[in-house]
Amino acid sequence: MTGSATESTPRFDKPLVIAGRSFTSRLLVGTGKYRDFDETRAATEASAAEIVTVAVRRSNLGQNPDEPNLLDVISPERYTILPNTAGCYSARDAARTCQLARELLDGHNLVKLEVLGNAQTLYPNVVETLAAARTLIDDGFDVMVYTSDDPIVAAELASMGCCAVMPLGSLIGSGHGLLNPHALSLIIEAAQVPILVDAGIGTPSDAATAMELGCDGVLINSAIAHARQPALMARAMRKAVEAGREAWLAERMPRKTYAASPSSPAEGIIGS
Amino acid sequence: MKLVINGETRALERVNTISELIDRLGLGGRRIAVELNDHIVPRTRHAETPLSDGDRIEIVHAIGGG
Repeated sequence: MTGSATESTPRFDKPLVIAGRSFTSRLLVGTGKYRDFDETRAATEASAAEIVTVAVRRSNLGQNPDEPNLLDVISPERYTILPNTAGCYSARDAARTCQLARELLDGHNLVKLEVLGNAQTLYPNVVETLAAARTLIDDGFDVMVYTSDDPIVAAELASMGCCAVMPLGSLIGSGHGLLNPHALSLIIEAAQVPILVDAGIGTPSDAATAMELGCDGVLINSAIAHARQPALMARAMRKAVEAGREAWLAERMPRKTYAASPSSPAEGIIGS
Repeated sequence: MKLVINGETRALERVNTISELIDRLGLGGRRIAVELNDHIVPRTRHAETPLSDGDRIEIVHAIGGG
């Protein structure tokens, strides 16, 4: 991905840089909840994402040896694989999962840390998240961290050395969009590292809004995988992220209280 | 011998090393990572890492996730 970024990133934009690696796409996608690997492949390709998340789980021991493997479909040669710690409720389990992921991916050290606090909401446990981030950074990992939209916690995670901070827009898998854009703006304004909205995006307008706020990227899984046509939604999300990014770079018009300035000239109107 | 594999106790005919166990389970050649008694065993050491009765082994792979 490094190298190709300079050619295909529009001239007016710079690549997204995470832990020294450059990316053209600002849309990151997950691989969960698809009906089968064909659907995963089609949606991932349509998204044009370069960073793709996977989970790490116990192998099924009774499995058919010819059963396809996710990493044959989403190959580490083509994509930057981002293993996550989904399902972990303690710093210890999250760190152990990352270590297994590093072994699984031949020493690859970029991980998505998420430590959950509650099974019903999947809300992050920021106390355990901070502890896990410290352990993983000390162990040489590049940590992209899922967290709440608390600006103080986000700043703390960045200053301890996380390579990207990923606040939620709303609960994981909820599709509620950005419930507190003001908090996200505070995080973005103070950002020392890339800020990506992770969780809650339901539809392309949510993704565009996140990018218009000045986020560096968004991570989407459910909104694509649970669409009736995932590959088509993946394409729509790609366009929304690009549109939102370009809108942010272009800088929007100021908001006005009244329609004080018509778009068409006020002179030469017939009958005046 | 008895081994606890992915949390499940299994009685197996003697396996000497992690490599042998992986083959026995039909997982040879697959992208997996292995932990023996809470410590990761790098792929390069599977063939030389002996197993003993009662060892706890975790074998993981990548699946779909966000």
